[in-house]
Amino acid sequence: MEPVEILSHTGGGVISVAWLMIALPLIGAAILLIGGRATNKWGHFLAVLMSVAAFVVAALAFFQLIGLDPAQRRQSVHLWDFIPGVADIGLLIDPLSIAFCLLITFVGSLIHIYSIGYMSHDPDRRRFFAYLNLFVAAMLLLVLADNYVALFIGWEGVGLASYLLIGFWQYKPSAAVAAKKAFVVNRVGDFGLLVAMFIIFAQFGSLQFAEVFPAAGEASQGVSTAIGLLLLLGACGKSAQLPLQSWLLDAMEGPTPVSALIHAATMVTAGVYLVVRSGSAFFPEGSTAGLVVTIVGVATLLAGAIIGTAKDDIKKGLAGSTMSQIGYMMLAAGIGPAGYAFAIAHLISHGFFKADLFLGAGSVMHAMNDEVDMRRYGGLRKVLPITFVTFFIGYLAIIGFPLLSGYFTKDGIIESVMHHNAILGWLAVVGAGITGFYMTRMVVMTFFGPKRWDEKAHPHESPAVMTWPLIILSVFSIGLGAYLILSNRLMVFLAPAVGRPEELPHFAPFAVTGLATLALVAVGAGLAIVKYGRAEVPVVQPRGSFLTVFARRDLYGDALNEALFMRPGQWLTRFAVFFDNRGIDGVVNGLAAGVGGSSGRLRKIQTGYVRSYALSIFVGAAVLAGAWFVVGTL
Amino acid sequence: MTTHYLVLSTLLFAIGGIGVLVRRNAIVVFMCVELMLNACNLAFVTFARQHGNIDGQVIAFFVMIVAAAEVVIGLAIIVTIFRTRRSASVDDASLLKY
Amino acid sequence: MGETITFWVLAVVSVSAALGLVFSRRAVYCALMLGVVMLSLAVLYAVQDAPFLAAVQIIVYTGAVMMLFLFVLMLVGVDSSDSLVETIRGQRFWAVVAGFGFAALLALGIGNVAFAPPTGLAAVTAAGNVPSLAELIFTRYVFAFEVTSALLITAALGAMVLAHRERMEQRATQRELSRERFVKFGEEGLDPSPLPGPGTYARANAIDMPALLPDGTISKLSVNRYIARYEAEEGTIDPKVAEILEGDGK
Repeated sequence: MEPVEILSHTGGGVISVAWLMIALPLIGAAILLIGGRATNKWGHFLAVLMSVAAFVVAALAFFQLIGLDPAQRRQSVHLWDFIPGVADIGLLIDPLSIAFCLLITFVGSLIHIYSIGYMSHDPDRRRFFAYLNLFVAAMLLLVLADNYVALFIGWEGVGLASYLLIGFWQYKPSAAVAAKKAFVVNRVGDFGLLVAMFIIFAQFGSLQFAEVFPAAGEASQGVSTAIGLLLLLGACGKSAQLPLQSWLLDAMEGPTPVSALIHAATMVTAGVYLVVRSGSAFFPEGSTAGLVVTIVGVATLLAGAIIGTAKDDIKKGLAGSTMSQIGYMMLAAGIGPAGYAFAIAHLISHGFFKADLFLGAGSVMHAMNDEVDMRRYGGLRKVLPITFVTFFIGYLAIIGFPLLSGYFTKDGIIESVMHHNAILGWLAVVGAGITGFYMTRMVVMTFFGPKRWDEKAHPHESPAVMTWPLIILSVFSIGLGAYLILSNRLMVFLAPAVGRPEELPHFAPFAVTGLATLALVAVGAGLAIVKYGRAEVPVVQPRGSFLTVFARRDLYGDALNEALFMRPGQWLTRFAVFFDNRGIDGVVNGLAAGVGGSSGRLRKIQTGYVRSYALSIFVGAAVLAGAWFVVGTL
Repeated sequence: MTTHYLVLSTLLFAIGGIGVLVRRNAIVVFMCVELMLNACNLAFVTFARQHGNIDGQVIAFFVMIVAAAEVVIGLAIIVTIFRTRRSASVDDASLLKY
Repeated sequence: MGETITFWVLAVVSVSAALGLVFSRRAVYCALMLGVVMLSLAVLYAVQDAPFLAAVQIIVYTGAVMMLFLFVLMLVGVDSSDSLVETIRGQRFWAVVAGFGFAALLALGIGNVAFAPPTGLAAVTAAGNVPSLAELIFTRYVFAFEVTSALLITAALGAMVLAHRERMEQRATQRELSRERFVKFGEEGLDPSPLPGPGTYARANAIDMPALLPDGTISKLSVNRYIARYEAEEGTIDPKVAEILEGDGK
């Protein structure tokens, strides 16, 4: 079943004022940034209020949307002319964008609330909340845009907010460097997105979804594939997929709520959104671009999981996990309409349980004086009971413990991929097993076993403003997957926006792949318990085997980037500098020196002796007279 | 006869020129310049007679006037230089150089 | 015939004088040599139907300009004789080459021309040389003539400006001079009074006679020591007196 036509919105209702979703947090950010210190006292409450208000608008729009006939569920709200004939600023309200809006504003609001407690001791809390609001506004613009130009503005907006928030503690050199790295790597992806937009415009004469998508079939196979691959490059940059994955692990330098909101739940899924949004047009089932998407997804899924196994930094471990989970989403998004619903379902449930995990990790860090090394945790379940319970629920959800969110969504992905391509499917199953290992390792090292922390640390449970968001998130982590997947609710809901297979899949809990996945996860978890629960965990990181070091170094991703791009770049600049100094400057300086030198010699003629001058005048007169005679005689 | 006068004029002019180039005393250099001017005057007068045109003598007259003015200024400059540098040598006034 | 003889005589005289001008080391001789050349040329002008120019040549050049030269020579120093050693390398050689090359070229050009016998000025100067010249100067060349008058005035003014020396400070008054003398007396022990006059006696009253101090001794300061030495050599003064006058002691 194909996606339905995009209609111009005519009726009233909340959809007409959907722009409020973007405007409210934007106003909040503006007030906090322009208001300055005057807003220090109540600024964070304003930010929370704006975020919650955006959620209310999104929820109302959602209810108005589901009240409509499925054929009319794609509504384009024109706001104003931006670039006439190319792209106007307009919002596309359809099931896909509204699903994202709900996720962003709901999880975003919870994280706003959590941040009140987490950032309470930070002197720059107001600025932090301003950036968070800015991020929410930009992210909503990204998902609501009804054309690629507005999408790109939002795309860059979230990049900016991400940069500002990773480098929020810019006095730490590592944070400043990480922010720069994220920015630069994202530019590589943006380059892909921009070129894709150029080609789209050249091919279709417009960047409006409503005009591009229906016409996509007219483009030749090559152009279509090129657009798809370039869009994928953009998606890889934003979603930290191979080969542009390197920035995400460093991005953990930002405050933990940022990691939860931007680098786990929402922004990094923008790539998945882009692929799914453009899917019917540029990644159709069985296309080359779609195949590349699945390969990138599987590769990232495994790479992220392997990186996750070796990290001792709890946030970096979670970051590797995020890469891996987004790899699953990409994998599902690449296989076409059969996978879109599962990709989005996993995206949404991942948004909840990964936010839960990150906020839980933040709560642990909050308790442990910002210690992030899991080797210095241990036995925390007794001192942080609420954090432990919520974290444990998130853990069960992510490894796919039966009946929790991850079980349904991840299983759905594996199941649908298995139908599409068995090799990719089994690799995804292996990835699930590794997920079981590293997540169990994380939980065991953090909450079980003997305590390994310093005498000076006095862990304490976080305040209610931080634990309540955790509780809410963990509740959703339990049930959301089942709600979305069972009866194919999400697939049916999304069908007007992204299409769906003619035959709805049936949830089969006792299929071979499902059982194999569960078995592998159990094996992985068991291994982790044996290795880290039963055996002593050394406080100092052991040297580890070759494979461990390989994983610790992020699979040598940075080394590869350095060798492939940074070094040659440096050589190029050095050569350019050399060429400039010796070549260009040499010519210029040589010319100048030549003129200077020769005039330096020539000026010696000017002796200052007036008689010499007189002699040259006289000789000149004689020569002239001689020449005159010669010419006259001739 | 005209040729003789002209050759004499040429000779005196050349000698004056050589004097300007070789002598270092500014006053003598000036005298040599006067010699060159006089040589020119001789040529003017000769040509005036040769062509039966008295304009040549008028030009010679003007040359004398200009020469007189030039001598006045030139000698004043020499005196001024001598007053400050205690020297009348043209080679001593050689500061304006590279 | 008469003109030819005159020409050859004056030609030889003027060329030798010109060479003398270039070669003589003393500037005064140079000036005299230049005078000789100018007088010779004056005669040649007269021979060539230019009596007015001949007169002007003698009056203006030989009279005024030469006097000016000599006057400046006196100012600058009459006996300063030039060193004829050339300091600029190659200057003399190339000067001679250029000078004679130039002369040779012009002579060659002149020699190549076959001149008709001179037209003579009899036709144009029927009213006389001076009236004819005057007519031209005050009619056709009147503007140039006026310009030359402006030039001469400018030259006169310029000479005055150049020769003028601004007094930078007040002339010292007698009071200041006297104060200065006493300051010198205090600092260097110089006698502030004027030098004593020479001796004034009944028999001899001359500058070579020393004055006597109140104690009867001879005042050294009263006679110039060079005069004293000269007198002693000539024997017209007592050698003992001369010794005292020449000596350094009191």
